[in-house]
Amino acid sequence: MGTTDNGNTIDITVDFSGGLEMLFGNQRRHSVSLPAVDSSGKPTNMTFLIDYLCTHLMKDPRVDLFVLDKHIRPGILVLINDADWELEGEETYELQPRDNILFVSTLHGG
Amino acid sequence: MARALCANCKAERAVIKRPKNHAKLCKVCFIQVFEDEVHHTITSSKLFYPGEKVAIGASGGKDSTVLASVLKTLNERHGYGLDLVLLSIDEGIKGYRDDSLDTVKRNAVQYNMPLKIVGYDELYGWTMDQVVETIGKKGNCTYCGVFRRQALDRGAKMLGIKHVVTGHNADDVAETVLMNLLRGDLARLSRSTSIVTGDSRSEVKRSKPLKYSYEKEIVLYAHHKKLDYFSTECIYSPEAFRGSARALVKQLERVRPTAILDIVRSGEDVARLVPGEEPSSCACSGQKGAAGLVDDDVGGCGSQNGRTPGGEMAAMDKQLRDNEASEGLEIDVVKTMVEGNAARGEKRDLPIRAGNTSKGAPRQVLGNCKRCGYMSSQEICQACMLLEGLNKNRAKIQI
Ligand SMILES: [Zn+2]
Ligand SMILES: [Zn+2]
Repeated sequence: MGTTDNGNTIDITVDFSGGLEMLFGNQRRHSVSLPAVDSSGKPTNMTFLIDYLCTHLMKDPRVDLFVLDKHIRPGILVLINDADWELEGEETYELQPRDNILFVSTLHGG
Repeated sequence: MARALCANCKAERAVIKRPKNHAKLCKVCFIQVFEDEVHHTITSSKLFYPGEKVAIGASGGKDSTVLASVLKTLNERHGYGLDLVLLSIDEGIKGYRDDSLDTVKRNAVQYNMPLKIVGYDELYGWTMDQVVETIGKKGNCTYCGVFRRQALDRGAKMLGIKHVVTGHNADDVAETVLMNLLRGDLARLSRSTSIVTGDSRSEVKRSKPLKYSYEKEIVLYAHHKKLDYFSTECIYSPEAFRGSARALVKQLERVRPTAILDIVRSGEDVARLVPGEEPSSCACSGQKGAAGLVDDDVGGCGSQNGRTPGGEMAAMDKQLRDNEASEGLEIDVVKTMVEGNAARGEKRDLPIRAGNTSKGAPRQVLGNCKRCGYMSSQEICQACMLLEGLNKNRAKIQI
């Protein structure tokens, strides 16, 4: 079902809110270009994206505020095109061109 | 993978998976169901009366913003006849509140509600920045917390309002239940589950209409309704023990999402066992019986000893606990238990239940602070004690 455009890269937008933007240079929206397949030739999925964000986009040394034990920290919601990622296969979701991924923390002050 | 359809309307794409029952809902149905459930909480708990003036404790954060939005919606939809006001506290931390107060100011326009901002300087003669200048950063959260506790009430009183609603959600309640469980403090555990706090002795009633709402759904509600809220952390150190309880709640939620409401309900069931505590859940949601829990489960351990030994944390914790206990009601079970545990040097003062005058408890234990009149179990309330210390320090500095 995936259409990977020219086969090389997938362009998506990634949003951070609920305080997470503080970890990513205080910027809410980021345009991200990812390789269409990972190093083992599998389509790029959420696991790849999360790792990519930690290594390329995060401006803060406190990685554990975003990822804990190799998974998204409990209390952070992930929406894929506005839908709860639990409905989309979570980390196994394969990214599509023009996807919008939102990470929103529920952990900050009410 | 195949896109799930909404379990309710069966027409739109599901975007929500509800933590409490795994129901998959579309955006419109979710918003409706979320509001209906808060309405149910409000009516089954008889939280309001027609014409009541109610202050919404507004921080600009997600919980209070959602509370304001939902209350406005329900007030109009169901004709509650409430006179709603936004009430914000300015702790006087330079820069910290600027953005959140701006958010509240926008909310006031968006929701067409009057807004009153009350400063710590106005209420106590001290901003938090001045407190930190005087005592340093260590322990200042104690001051901030104690002052904040009274600030909403005092602010409401200034406005002639007798009811303050706050945005505490199910996760917050679960977190507090766990904290008190881990401390072996059943009386406070019971109180923390109550939807209404403050009684005939307090001039201002407090309630939490979002008590059964998951934090996750609150955030999703704010997201899908595109509400304007602000996220920040207190720039001063967070309370470590609460932070651990919070992390535990979130981890439990990941493994079993119903855990959060289950903890809330367990807390309510415990409250039923505690003499003098009113069951606080609505009749239809609290059907899980308390059977099986017997006295043995509450007594017979040294769990009062189990608190973090020494250190600033314990002291701060105790201070906060004493303060909260001053509003609260203790129970015979715990009292007996602690008395039986006489060897403990740490034995803390237990406020006596109001109705428990048969034992000759002096009535004034739940009286009012001699300085400020705020409800207190001591002659001088916690805030006034802290202020006294601060004012002495200020005098010293000026010399
Ligand atoms: Zn629907
Ligand atoms: Zn006082």
